[in-house]
Order: sequence, then structure tokens, then C-alpha cells
Amino acid sequence: MALRTLCATFSVGLVNGVSRRLGRGSGTVAGGRVGLKIHAGLVGQLCEGKSVALVSGTNGKTTTTALLTAAMSTGGKVVASNFTGSNMPAGHAAALAARRRAPIAVLETDEGYLGGTIKEAKPDVIILLNLSRDQLDRMSEVRMLAQRWSEALSRSSATVVANADDPLVVMAARDAGKVVWVAGGLVWKDDATGCPLCQGPIVFGENNSWRCVECSFARPTPSWSLNEDKVVSPDGTVGLTLRLPGAFNRSNALMAMAGAHVLGVGLQEAADALASVSDVAGRFHQSEKDGIVTRMMLAKNPAGWVALLDLVATNPAPLVIGINARTADGADPSWLFDVPFSLLSGRTVIATGDRWRDLSVRLRYAEVPHFVEGDLGHALVRAQQEADESVDFIGNYTCFQDALKATP
Amino acid sequence: MTLRIVCVYPDLLGTYGDSGNAEVLLRRAAWRGIDATLTMSRSESPLPEGDLYCLGGGEDGPQVLAAQRLLDDGMLATAVHQGAQVFAVCAGFQIVGESFPDAGGAIHPGVGLLDVRTTKGSGRRAVGEVLVEVAPKESGGLGLPTLTGFENHAGVTELFGQAQPLGNVSKGIGNGAGERIEGAHAGNVIGTYLHGPVLARNPSLADELLCRALKLEVLSDLDDTREMLLRDERLQQVSALTR
Repeated sequence: MALRTLCATFSVGLVNGVSRRLGRGSGTVAGGRVGLKIHAGLVGQLCEGKSVALVSGTNGKTTTTALLTAAMSTGGKVVASNFTGSNMPAGHAAALAARRRAPIAVLETDEGYLGGTIKEAKPDVIILLNLSRDQLDRMSEVRMLAQRWSEALSRSSATVVANADDPLVVMAARDAGKVVWVAGGLVWKDDATGCPLCQGPIVFGENNSWRCVECSFARPTPSWSLNEDKVVSPDGTVGLTLRLPGAFNRSNALMAMAGAHVLGVGLQEAADALASVSDVAGRFHQSEKDGIVTRMMLAKNPAGWVALLDLVATNPAPLVIGINARTADGADPSWLFDVPFSLLSGRTVIATGDRWRDLSVRLRYAEVPHFVEGDLGHALVRAQQEADESVDFIGNYTCFQDALKATP
Repeated sequence: MTLRIVCVYPDLLGTYGDSGNAEVLLRRAAWRGIDATLTMSRSESPLPEGDLYCLGGGEDGPQVLAAQRLLDDGMLATAVHQGAQVFAVCAGFQIVGESFPDAGGAIHPGVGLLDVRTTKGSGRRAVGEVLVEVAPKESGGLGLPTLTGFENHAGVTELFGQAQPLGNVSKGIGNGAGERIEGAHAGNVIGTYLHGPVLARNPSLADELLCRALKLEVLSDLDDTREMLLRDERLQQVSALTR
């Protein structure tokens, strides 16, 4: 290892250690930033000699990264991964520096940083989950993002594990050298109704099929798919039992299995590892207090919400919804009007978070009666008082982090 | 009379929660006992006859397609000439004008219902909270309280001919063509860059549109406590911003 790399790596650990001791959060970003200041090519250097997987997309990144990490850890292998969700270069540098000798790295990667990270990390496999509207004040339009992905992938020798059910992902991945198509599901279709090649209408048919009406662009035939509780792969079929709830998590698991397969993990081995994962950076975590179970969930954009509404809409437990608009959330919660909240009518709903007023107006127009409670802690307590057995909490990014701190 | 609200091409012009404007109009009519329908009219179908058309924001490619389809379809212009109202946001605002640019800067014809033309801005994209002081009725304005909303656009929009600005920008960029003004209106057409959705954030503008479409001077009051809490908070927060 070159002296500069060594020095930069050491600084990452030093800053993060100090930062943690001072109680300034987990410190992953602070240390990573210092490391990158000392050596801009630190991520590339630390990836040298490793098997590297990148996971990107609008929704499911953190969960898929955790599932793939579990699959890659079988047999006691050490995996470097940014499991806290710090998915930009500073987070990558910190994760890699913390496990310098790990033979494998699984890196969750922000959609906007994918191109740069591919160039630096020279990954062996890139998992592309989905693309939909998210944080429009910060991110590019999704089509522009898909175009940039396409350009970056055409210069990479990695095997791309791509969701065949998302037309924007297919557009991005179709010119890559090696592609494994996976039937990864698509719950939010509103950003994929126009052909990314010719702007013609895309029609969605049965079994997730889709095609453009005006050109030849259509869903590629996937080699990996789900059949009820089984994963169907080119190497055969294996049962999949997950502790994580919801159809969207089964799709994430399928993508992780295909990625692990590229890196040489056996089907059964991977399936067993995935079955052991129960909560991912607090998502789907269940905490109990005074006999009431609180189920913690994260949804930060319309697609994420649609996936979760499917899971929670029929649950009779009180539901606390928390919306913030801090830097990590995106500054504008206009997207709340893209979420079909009317599915919640009949439930006890409590609106909270910094932007509870926006949420409250949204719920009024969706005709969902609700309480408002600006203070997150009070909102959770109130829901627990109203509950018989359990409470559901759904927050966007920073509100979810706050709620994790507020629950045991 | 049934008030026919039409959300125009939500598949192309629906990226920014602006379909919420049509939902707000529908509810505010229904809560007053006014018979109203909402049609989400997708781009592959002919645009239906309506009394109040809403257009929202969209990405560059879909925006060009939406303008072409509206020109080919012809219904929007016909309806406006027969007295229908149009409320257009962001990409929709640009489309109802004379012309607008695509991502590469090439100029495309709009539907030509409002005397505005949009070109590609040379500066930074206008992104952030906006406050607009609306011109009073006496000077030909809409005479509404301060508007709040969120803008996110690269285009720069100039007014000419009959078009009047919605108001002066006190926070944010607005149309971005030199003068600190936002949006435009003339006759039956109102355009703005404000998201939020803007009618959820500014119920007085929603009610102005309903009055115009229903040809009424006033509407009965609604309990807008929640909207007022949001308005007050936004006005206070955004006024405190430095920009």
C-alpha cells in the first residue's frame, strides 16, 4: 500500500474514532471526507484486489446491500460495506478503510454518484434496482439519470445485474457488455409510461411484461425470477424464506441472489444467508414497550410509499407518518400528492415531522381523517396510547432516523 | 351544471405532484356541494371536453411530446375559445405559451394560448421556495394574498402581448427573464412555475379558478384551518430565507 493511501486510511479511522467518542453520530462521513482530502483516489486504492459489488437505484439500496453482504459473508468471509446508508464517496472511503483487509466490498451507491464510483472502484458486479422520481430539487430528472448510467456502464467491464421490469433500468443497462436480467418487479410505473428511447407510450401487460407501442424497445427475458416462495435461476430453483416483510423485499432479495451468484456464491448458501436478515439499519425493526409493538418503516418517495401502502393499508393499528424536508430528504414535499394516501382512510393516522402541516393538508385532500402532533416523540406516545397491540411508523429519511432514536 | 375538471396528460406532465392541483379543485368543489368530475386524461387518448384544464410539470422529452399531442389533438385551444379555463404549471406553463426549448436548446412550438415564450436560461437552474406578491384587481391582477410555492426550472420565460405577470417575486427567481416577476395570465389562462402543489398551498388561487370556471363571484367558505397553518408556516419560514 502506498504511503499516501496508508496515511489517508489511517486518518479515516482516527477521525471516525474521535467523532464517535464525541458523540457526533457514527462519524462515517466525517472520516471519509478527511481521507479523500488526503488522497482523492482513496476509494479506488482500497478497492484494489477486492471483489467489488455496487448497488444502486431509487428504492431498496440499503436493504439489497445488506442482503448481498449477508450472502457474501457466508463461511465467515469479511465484507466491507457501508451498511449505514452513507452512499457517497466519503461513506465508501470510510467503509473500505474500516475493513481494509476484507476480500469483498459491497457498496450502496447514490444514483447520482454511480458513474464516478464505477470509474474509481472498478466493480465486478453492479446491481441496478429501479429508477423513479425522488428529491427532484437535488437529483436530475430520472431520464437524464438513466442516460448517465448508460454512458458509465458502457465503459465498465462489470457484470450488470439489472431489473428487467423497469424500462428506465433496461435503457441504462442494455448496452453494457455483460447483463443478467432479473424480474425485479416494479410497483411504481408512473415514471416509465413513456419510452426512454422514442417517447412512445409504454404498455404494461400481464406478468410484468412491457413494450413500447412505437419502437422495438421491450422487456428483455429475465433469467432470474420469483415463483411464489421460490427463486428460479439459470442454475435451478431454491426456496426463499425471508424475515423482512413485503413483496418489494422479496424483489430486493432476488436481485441480491443474482448478484451473489455472479460473485460465485451457491444458490442454497445465499438463500440461507438471506433468511437470517431481520432488520436493516432499523428498517422493519420492531420495538416493544409496555406490551405495544412499534414497527418501524421508511418511505422517502412515491414509489417507496406505494410499496409500503400495500403492506400497511389493511392493518388496523394506529399509523404515525412523519415527514421532514431537511437536506437528506429533499427540500420540497410536493411529492406527497403523488402518494395515494386515500388507501389509509378508516385507520387512525397521526401526522408528524417538521413538515406535518404539508402532510396534514395532503391527508385532508385525500379525505383521510387524522390527528396532528408536531413533536415526533409525542406522536409516537399518542399512537401507543391509542393502540391495542401495535403501532406502525412510517417516516422519510431524517424523520425515520429521529424515530429510531426515540424508540427503545 | 357539472364542473368538468380535466388533468391533462398525467403520464407526461405529472412528475412533480401537480396532479394534486386537479384533486384540490375537485375536493373544494365537492365539499361545497358543487357537482364536479375529474378526468385524468392520458396522452394516448383524445382530450375530453372540459370546463377547467390542469397541466403540470414534466421532464424535457415528455414535455415536447405533450405539446405535439396537444397541437395535434386541438381540443385544448377549442375549449379555451369556448370559455374553458386553463391552469398550467412549470412545463405546462411553457407548453401553453408560444414556444419553449428542449434539453438540447432546440425551440419547439407551444399551444399558443398565452403570450409567453421560454428560452433556455444561461444561469443556474432556479430551485427553491418562492413568494409572489400578487397584483391587485384594480391594476388588472388577480387580487389574491401572497402566493407560496416551490420552483424548479431551467427555462426563462418572457411575457409579451396580452400576458400580465401573476405578481412580483419577493423570494426566489420566478420567470427569470430580468424583471422579478412570476407566472402569467391573460383571459382564461393562468400559468406559473410554482409547485407545492400550488393550489394546496394557496386555496385562494384554487377558489379563484373555481369561480372563473363556474362563473360565480363568490363561493361559500370552507374550513381551511389546515391550509392556513401551512401557509403561515411557509410565509414565515420563507420570508426568513436570505435569497
